[in-house]
Amino acid sequence: MLRIAKLPIAVFALSIIIFPWIARQIPAIEHYTDIMVFVGIYCLITIGLSLLMGYAGQISVGHAAFFGIGAYISGILTANYSINAWACMAIGMAVTAVVAALVGTPSLKLKGHYLAMATLAFGIIIFIIFNEEIEWTGGPDGMPGIPGLSLFGFEFDSVERYYYLVWGFVLTVFIFTVNVIQSGAGRVLRAIHASEQAASALGVDVSRFKLLVFVYSAVLASLAGSFYAHYLNFINPSTFDLFFSIKLLIMIALGGMHSIWGAIIGTGLITFLSNEWLHYFEEFEIIVYGGILLFVTVLLPDGLAGVPGIVKGWFKE
Amino acid sequence: MNFVEEENILEINRVVMTFGGLMALSNLNSQVKKGSIKAIIGPNGAGKTTLFNVIAGSFPPTQGTVRFKGRPIQHLKAHKIADRGISRTFQTVELFGNMTVLENVMLGCHTRIRTSFMASGLVLPQSRRKEKWIRESALKILKFIGLADKFKASADSLPLGEQKLLEIGRALASEPELICLDEPAAGLNETETYMASSLIKAINAKGMTVLLVEHDMKVVMNISDEILALNYGEKIAEGSPEDVRNSPRVIDAYLGGGAV
Amino acid sequence: MEKITLASQLLQYLITGLTVGSVYAMVAVGFNIIYNVTEIINFAQGEFVMLGGLIMVSLHVAVGLPIILAFPATIVLVTMIGILIDRLAIRPIRRPSVLTLIVATIAVSILIKGTASLIWGKDPFDLPAFSGRNPITFLGAVVQPQYFWVIGFLIITAVALSIFFNRTIIGKAMTACADNADAASLVGINVKQMILLSFALSAAIGAVAGIAITPISLMEYDRGAMLAVKGFGAVILGGLGSFPGAILGGLIMGSIESFGAGLIHSGYKDAFALIVLLIILFFKPSGLMGSIEISRIKRF
Repeated sequence: MLRIAKLPIAVFALSIIIFPWIARQIPAIEHYTDIMVFVGIYCLITIGLSLLMGYAGQISVGHAAFFGIGAYISGILTANYSINAWACMAIGMAVTAVVAALVGTPSLKLKGHYLAMATLAFGIIIFIIFNEEIEWTGGPDGMPGIPGLSLFGFEFDSVERYYYLVWGFVLTVFIFTVNVIQSGAGRVLRAIHASEQAASALGVDVSRFKLLVFVYSAVLASLAGSFYAHYLNFINPSTFDLFFSIKLLIMIALGGMHSIWGAIIGTGLITFLSNEWLHYFEEFEIIVYGGILLFVTVLLPDGLAGVPGIVKGWFKE
Repeated sequence: MNFVEEENILEINRVVMTFGGLMALSNLNSQVKKGSIKAIIGPNGAGKTTLFNVIAGSFPPTQGTVRFKGRPIQHLKAHKIADRGISRTFQTVELFGNMTVLENVMLGCHTRIRTSFMASGLVLPQSRRKEKWIRESALKILKFIGLADKFKASADSLPLGEQKLLEIGRALASEPELICLDEPAAGLNETETYMASSLIKAINAKGMTVLLVEHDMKVVMNISDEILALNYGEKIAEGSPEDVRNSPRVIDAYLGGGAV
Repeated sequence: MEKITLASQLLQYLITGLTVGSVYAMVAVGFNIIYNVTEIINFAQGEFVMLGGLIMVSLHVAVGLPIILAFPATIVLVTMIGILIDRLAIRPIRRPSVLTLIVATIAVSILIKGTASLIWGKDPFDLPAFSGRNPITFLGAVVQPQYFWVIGFLIITAVALSIFFNRTIIGKAMTACADNADAASLVGINVKQMILLSFALSAAIGAVAGIAITPISLMEYDRGAMLAVKGFGAVILGGLGSFPGAILGGLIMGSIESFGAGLIHSGYKDAFALIVLLIILFFKPSGLMGSIEISRIKRF
């Protein structure tokens, strides 16, 4: 189904498939599979965000909100009303699509700083709602008792089973998104990024396209939120705060904004940093992230994905 | 000279354009005959690009109508106007610098054939066929404008003259009926100007109506069937090149007639 | 009886609103100073306020410096941080695009927040009020004297900036940069210095706001982001680039928040200001003081 770069994706897929087995062989990294579940969940968000930022050239500093909407809808409907979890996921995605369209339509007409602030404000408003609507969400104490996922009796109740479930979705979304980029739609996105005026003059409905990508990225975040809720069986609002939205930006900036691979790499690194390498240095977490983001912005604008290009440049000289 | 008498492809009726307190266009009336090449001239600030932007849909006129093939278009957004069959280029070249020469022209085909987001993601056979068709169309255009050998080059890397040709080629990809060129010769040397003029004549020979804004009087006199002269947002002369060249108001506007 | 109580309640909300609004106004003024010279929106603007409060706490409470010394010392320190931001984060960027600059200032704000959490921890800190805590009764409303300090500082800042931009050579030079950086450099104005100065000035104003408000609402390491967003709301409400607009916008923002919290629901207090921000952005991004073009040249 792919035209270019089949090999790296195949290698990647293979690595994902055998990773849990490798982790089981080495006791020191056995828990990495659990961390990789989170990497997968966050990748669902960053793949979509990367398309929005790197290709459509729009910024969102409020995507934690969509992550949270998916999580809470899944949580509330499955825990309190015992509705089928997969149906809830779909409902969450549908609701998120509507919210994203409502927020996106006026927001995407704004440029640069205004868009960043609008999405930031939106994210905080949703965060406040999660904290205040205690009857629905349990407020700051959180919402426990969210059931796990199962399909036709097969329970995804172990780390490894959940790992394969999530990464199955991630790989599908990844391939889908790469296809979009390499196609006519991807070309339109890059055109919009380069010159909205020229794209318009060539018949591109710029507002519609931007909205489409925005909603796509929001829906993916919602899906990720649902997976998150069913994995931890517990959610609370502090997960979906401004800092998480910024963390998503860091993942994409670190990996490289203009590359979907970058999204995966950046997400992996930051998640491992968060859950593993900074485990004993939690106080330093914020300052390390700030430092990484600043370093990447100033010195590595194309992120790690841009490093091969830089190295090639050295050799040319 | 290649036009059908009495058939106007574009009509500008009583168009007024004000920005805040400034009147950029005042009560402008003009027509463009189908199949002709019409040039808009005038000193800086005369309102030429403003008129272009109104026609192309960048903003609606404060008053008045613009009709294309008889139907009003003044209220339409730029992308809808492109759908109707009007293409344009920009005064300062607005290429997609982050894409190749070929990709720029492929984008130009957007109004003719579109792939949906979902179809692209799932790589349905229909979207692959569409891609192939778009690619071949674009290559044909590149051959027509003489840039076929540079199809892989980044649009940014071309010299200005070729960038301008590319922008015209991109505007051609949608097979428009009216193409609006905003200063196609600006910044070009003699050779490049000659190439641009030839391209414009070739496009017109294929039946396309051309409307251009231009400062280079040699180009204007050489290729235009009709000229519209503006000053301070008003029409000061309109007609054949000889008529306009001899119009006292035009000579006045250009301070003594040296330029014309 | 009822009427008087309601009126004094409303007056209470108003005074609180003006006080809080003064902080937003000062943040907004800081935004505008930097924006006018550089066209950058400095997401780290709120951190200056936070730093002003916490550094003052350290110098005055922990070290024991009297207010008369700690106050200027704090301002100097925060100003130096503002200069550092320009030098280390803004100037080195090779390909300054809007997106890059937004992300850079976000990065700076997190860095500052992270450093603050290391130095001061996550708990809030208090400062003694400048003139004591005996409440003043004012037309039926009961108000802490510190409130008037805050509003007073806003007035002093406004007057000082007005003199600076209109009467001093440096101030006029900055205004020239804001209008047309190329022309300014052609007449010998060092644009880079002006940018540095704009960051320094914004930092100083933010610090003043932080010092003044801490005795009322305490200060903790992560207050910066919310202040920045609300301050930005004030900026947009008043019209980007306009100083009178920023002050008006701040006061209105603060008042809406105060009345909203008092009359409707205090849990959603922060949301009110944010909703106002969204409404303005969506419906009239040029703000109250007119069109975007005009707001570009609005001065003090």
